[in-house]
Amino acid sequence: MRIGIVCPYSWDVPGGVQFHIRDLAEHLIRLGHEVSVLAPADDETPLPPYVVSAGRAVPVPYNGSVARLNFGFLSAARVRRWLHEGTFDVVHIHEPTSPSLGLLTCWAATGPLVATFHTSNPRSRAMIAAYPILQPALEKISARIAVSEYARRTLVEHLGGDAVVIPNGVDVDFFARAEPKKEWSGGTLGFIGRIDEPRKGLPVLMRALPKILAERPDTRLLVAGRGDEEEAVASLPREMRSRVEFLGMVSDEDKARLLRSVDVYVAPNTGGESFGIILVEALSAGAPVLASDLDAFAQVLDQGGAGELFANEDADDLAARAISLLGDEARRAELSERGSAHVRRFDWSTVGADILAVYETVTDGAASVATDERANGGLRARLGL
Amino acid sequence: MTETLIWTVVALILVGVYLSWTAGRLDRLHTRIDAARAALDAQLLRRASVAQELATSGVLDPAASIVLYEAAHAARQAEEDHREVAESELSQALRAVFGEAEQVEAVREAPGGEEAAGELAAAVRRVPMARRFHNDAVRAARALRRHRKVRWFRLAGHAPFPMAFEMDDEPPVALADRPS
Repeated sequence: MRIGIVCPYSWDVPGGVQFHIRDLAEHLIRLGHEVSVLAPADDETPLPPYVVSAGRAVPVPYNGSVARLNFGFLSAARVRRWLHEGTFDVVHIHEPTSPSLGLLTCWAATGPLVATFHTSNPRSRAMIAAYPILQPALEKISARIAVSEYARRTLVEHLGGDAVVIPNGVDVDFFARAEPKKEWSGGTLGFIGRIDEPRKGLPVLMRALPKILAERPDTRLLVAGRGDEEEAVASLPREMRSRVEFLGMVSDEDKARLLRSVDVYVAPNTGGESFGIILVEALSAGAPVLASDLDAFAQVLDQGGAGELFANEDADDLAARAISLLGDEARRAELSERGSAHVRRFDWSTVGADILAVYETVTDGAASVATDERANGGLRARLGL
Repeated sequence: MTETLIWTVVALILVGVYLSWTAGRLDRLHTRIDAARAALDAQLLRRASVAQELATSGVLDPAASIVLYEAAHAARQAEEDHREVAESELSQALRAVFGEAEQVEAVREAPGGEEAAGELAAAVRRVPMARRFHNDAVRAARALRRHRKVRWFRLAGHAPFPMAFEMDDEPPVALADRPS
């Protein structure tokens, strides 16, 4: 099958959607499909052979943070050229509602289009205002995929219609087979994520830490991710700061090893999560997980069956549960075992098969994807010029 | 005078272009519904065929075979207005027969059973998928067709008002369960 995938965010900036697209593309290529990914990228960035650059993304404030997006006349022309040269059987658009390549592709293409909705933002005024503009583009999508039941609910609420739920994929064995590292194990808590992004919840964990240390003074907190380290520990009493180790940005291998080594992986995120891929990675590595009870997290953790949940933003609850987990080896082993069994449904072998089933359902008897002449050249054709 | 005339002509042209664009949109939605319906038909037919094959293969006990055969046969032969009911009944029959994981295991162990079980599992998973895509297209078309501009100018032409396909498509637990 010839598959085109559209990535809305800059390829050079690491992010969940980008990683998902990279893994999906590589999984499909291994199965023998022809895959081309259209993504914004700087001209100097080295790209894998299957990625086509759509030009440099422009940083604009959007949706509460600064997003790097592609829009405008030049980007639209590149999208059309990519569609025209690719003659894809199916085009898979990610995040079609963000004002970037996804929306441009919806606008410019006709034929079997599949779209994955990653985020589940509460209804915003911008969305309501943009609805009449979005609707003609979105109604071209033949199949919608939501990454979680929660994301599906918000999608149905905001845009109507329906979607199938296919979770994000993870290479479970990559994490399950990683070598634990000695200096990262033994009474350790793990946290992975942007330090300076409050929604990732490190401040909540920092508030809980003094209580945990009072009970179990040997505990260490390992933090992987970029951001200002001084500022992150500023709220802690000075003598406790040495119990926090910053590892900076870690490679995929080190991330897997870290997850294999820690006693408890903590995900204190306070919101804005529609899936929680990091939890799936932690479960893959067999780490006992303690996460905030966000809808999306509760779903990934099987409503608490595959990992413990604490009341969101409640540092005391977090501390109490962390203390009890750190002191109960049998419970940790039980969580690790249940998590490892539960996480198999997120493996690429399962997720990839489901995504291919969607492709096959929409391409059954349909022509390949073409550029939509009605979108802008059509007017002339219609008036007979 | 001429100025008013020119403006009127310009306005009429703009309205015409907008209506023509909307008609194109509607046309595309109807094409999408047709494709989605064809895909749904194909998946339903595939499911009924695999069920019928299993029913006549002798892997299942005679009672289960008869129940499954009856339901699969009725689903394949159903008239259009009875289709949703017949397909729902096939879903119920499949749930009754493959409710237990042991039954699925028994099918897998029979010669050629692994393949048959795999096909049935794929079919019961794809039917709800195809149905969601179909009903999603129907909803989009209905939303547009209810709009004033479409009704007043009869942009939908003679195309029938699209109907959703409503059925019970809940797959049997033992088959729907993901590998663990």
